[in-house]
Amino acid sequence: MYQHRYFPHTTDDVEKMLERIGATSVNELFNDIPEHLRLKNGTYNLPEEHSEIEVREYFSRLRANNKPLVCFAGAGFYDHYSPAVVASIASRSELLTAYTPYQPEISQGTLQYIFEYQSMIAELTGLDIANASLYDGATATAEAMLMCVAVARKKNRVLISATVAPNVRNVVETYARYHKIRLDIIHEKDGVTDVNALKSMLESGDVAGVIASSVNFYGILEDFTGWSELIKAQKALFVINTHASALGVVKTPAEWGADIAVGEAQSLGFPLNYGGPGLGYMCVTKALMRKMPGRIVGATTDEKGQRVFVLTLQAREQHIRREKATSNICSNQGIMTLYASIYLALLGAEGLREVNVQSNAAAVYALGQIEQRSSAKLAFPGKPFLNEFVIITPNVDKIIERGAEQGILPGVKIGEDRLMIAFTEMRTKEQIDQLVQLIKSAENE
Amino acid sequence: MNNKLYDKLIFNYSQPQRKGYKLRKQCFETTIDKIPANLLRSKAPELPSVDEPTAVRHYTNLSTNNFGVDTGFYPLGSCTMKYNPKINEEIAADEVLKGLHPAQPSTTVQGALEAYFTLQQMLSEIGGMAEFTLNPYAGAHGELTGLMVIHAYHDAHGQTQRTKVIVPDSAHGTNPASAAVCGYQIVEVKSMTDGTVDVEDLKTKLDDTVAAIMMTNPNTVGMFEKNIPEIAELVHSVGALMYYDGANLNPMLGIARPGDMGFDVMHINLHKTFSTPHGGGGPGSGPVGVRKGLEDFLPNPRVVKNADNTFSVATDSSDALGQISAWLGNFAVELRALAYILTLGAEGVATVGPLATLNANYIKASLDDLYKLPISGYCKHEFVFDGLADKSTEVTTLNVAKRLLDFGFHAPTIYFPLLFHESLMIEPTETETKETLDYFIEVMRQIAAEARETPEVVKNAPHTTPVVHPDDTKAALEPRTTWRQINEQY
Repeated sequence: MYQHRYFPHTTDDVEKMLERIGATSVNELFNDIPEHLRLKNGTYNLPEEHSEIEVREYFSRLRANNKPLVCFAGAGFYDHYSPAVVASIASRSELLTAYTPYQPEISQGTLQYIFEYQSMIAELTGLDIANASLYDGATATAEAMLMCVAVARKKNRVLISATVAPNVRNVVETYARYHKIRLDIIHEKDGVTDVNALKSMLESGDVAGVIASSVNFYGILEDFTGWSELIKAQKALFVINTHASALGVVKTPAEWGADIAVGEAQSLGFPLNYGGPGLGYMCVTKALMRKMPGRIVGATTDEKGQRVFVLTLQAREQHIRREKATSNICSNQGIMTLYASIYLALLGAEGLREVNVQSNAAAVYALGQIEQRSSAKLAFPGKPFLNEFVIITPNVDKIIERGAEQGILPGVKIGEDRLMIAFTEMRTKEQIDQLVQLIKSAENE
Repeated sequence: MNNKLYDKLIFNYSQPQRKGYKLRKQCFETTIDKIPANLLRSKAPELPSVDEPTAVRHYTNLSTNNFGVDTGFYPLGSCTMKYNPKINEEIAADEVLKGLHPAQPSTTVQGALEAYFTLQQMLSEIGGMAEFTLNPYAGAHGELTGLMVIHAYHDAHGQTQRTKVIVPDSAHGTNPASAAVCGYQIVEVKSMTDGTVDVEDLKTKLDDTVAAIMMTNPNTVGMFEKNIPEIAELVHSVGALMYYDGANLNPMLGIARPGDMGFDVMHINLHKTFSTPHGGGGPGSGPVGVRKGLEDFLPNPRVVKNADNTFSVATDSSDALGQISAWLGNFAVELRALAYILTLGAEGVATVGPLATLNANYIKASLDDLYKLPISGYCKHEFVFDGLADKSTEVTTLNVAKRLLDFGFHAPTIYFPLLFHESLMIEPTETETKETLDYFIEVMRQIAAEARETPEVVKNAPHTTPVVHPDDTKAALEPRTTWRQINEQY
């Protein structure tokens, strides 16, 4: 057998094991596989074994082929600070190399940090119950849509605002198409959902759910006053998508009367990781608890009278209900919920507020400088934003190109003349001034 | 593992003046108060206020009540709990790679895209497929994506009458659940007494309303579906496609490729076969591969290699099934899998299947006198016992599993597959030593002896774990899923 540091088998081990089995060779264990199906030559067209030195060299070369940029991009993924404690604890292998906690006797660590995560996310959204997380904010929103039609039973139409991020909408649309849900877009007006469009779409009486976003894709805080009454009058569910960090300051989904809160939690100090892993959170009202997809950790007691944690309400899930389950999800984002809970524990309500205060202050300063020093205009003037806004400027491609040369990611292009720019507590005045200079100089090219 | 329960919640340490963070001094004027008050939350969330040393000690203590692959043997059937190499973690934690924003121009992320593209190609070689997407986040997400590929393919060929997906009765619950989320009706096909698909039953279910059949191979009892060439021919003859659930790919490494077996679409669980950590439930990664002719239906966005050997992200394929992830999947998980394949190399990858199979057969052959073996013959990476051979003791599979915890083992998978009443499913993986397997065998034999001589010891197990017999019924009847709900209760 091929010797490798991950394989402990000696020749003697293999011989003794075969003897016990009663086989003459390892190959004999595969004698039920027809010869013509066997791997040609018994090997693959793959690189040869790399030593650890060579693996490091390989990735050093890959690393060098990227350009780290000062990040003013957002669109759902934000460059926030993360305390050193988070990555250090999350790399503890007792937690990192564990499976799903189906054996509560030896999984209290995993179960408890998920329970703490659920508690903290519920605090942020104001809703009663959180699940143990879903893949990302986009799939969590799609799962919320599936819940809406599962709860409504006979109604099969869901409305989604045009101000929900396009990548989230794309995923929701994909799930809708295959699940044969009629998904209609509520138009936007001046960067926010057109409430009159919503009202007239609700009149048909066939809507199972309404999905909207605040903070929305453009960074604007939407005003959902009166929405909950409109939606409830139709016996439909109200779903609000927000990225998690913003919930430290913005009006909560519970305060808006939402039934389901979903979103991406990467903004809780996760590494950008070129887009993944993030974490999709979901919280619901108590009434919807048994319709919620995904794992849930609950408290109970054991024989010794100790308060302990277990996976609970499993009768909802695919391994019990199979095709009748509300979702096919089997996993959660495990260790990323630990990232989120350590982050929230260290920052607390005050720290999370300070992160938002600083991000907002940086954004407002930047906008002032942009308006003063360039001819770029705010795309949606007068609309309140948190830490991200859209400007209209003729040379978006040029700004991004020049930015890359100067080591700056100036934002995300969301239209021919539209640049969306995000700010966090990580950005300094010098960096912002450089960004403003970049926008200004691109105008003159 | 610490056998005393650490029972504090982080909330228990909270005191108003404590804090666990420090940001730099703000250099801009505070402006958040200018946002209209009715758009801001009326009161702060009740998060803990704790100091940093206390938080570190809290989570460290939690970790001591947890069992991972690094702690001990994890013979959890169908989960492939192999060693998670440390170099993978080092690579995934690289400051540059983890700092890339997904919206960066592709010219500034050529290294990341090369990693992505290289892994796509390696998985295609290993799966015998034409092309892979790495976007799906997990096995179940891969299944759903793969079925969407199949749906899009049939739709493109005007085959909209194909409304059914065939699933074996031994399948994982995710198979029927994924098919249902994809809008399909589920048709179950029976298993024979040896756990393989009943080809005669399958024939009666195949017609032009069938979109696909979902199979694992080896199947959930660890047996190779030797009729696979005939099954593929039958399925293809009615115009349906073959879906390969990669949950059990590990023993096929070095042995056979799903593409060569006749499968059209497959997913791979990087967190099983390719050694990325399970993380207590995630994040995983479930790349989906397709044979030639189906590439165009893979989801957007895609990583493509250009004629000048640069890489770019394409978002505009009109045949694509749509988009199933916000960005390009779990990039940090994919980096780990790439590091693993490079570390093993071609010959190492080809040795995984043989050693995983050797380990499983060794345990089986060492215990089949004391535990009931419902299916004989060489297994592959895993096998199933139908509980203890001696049924007179009334010691159940659950009892055996819990007793194993007392000896420092994780329990096997129990009561799955549903084909047997007392299923006990064991998968050792290739990274375990003969000494570990020998001790496991010794303990399993001791438990069988205890079942005869002192059955109460087994029935009341575990005895040494920090938690004993948690009350699941109470947890479900009076759900308390947040700290606030616990507080209200007491």
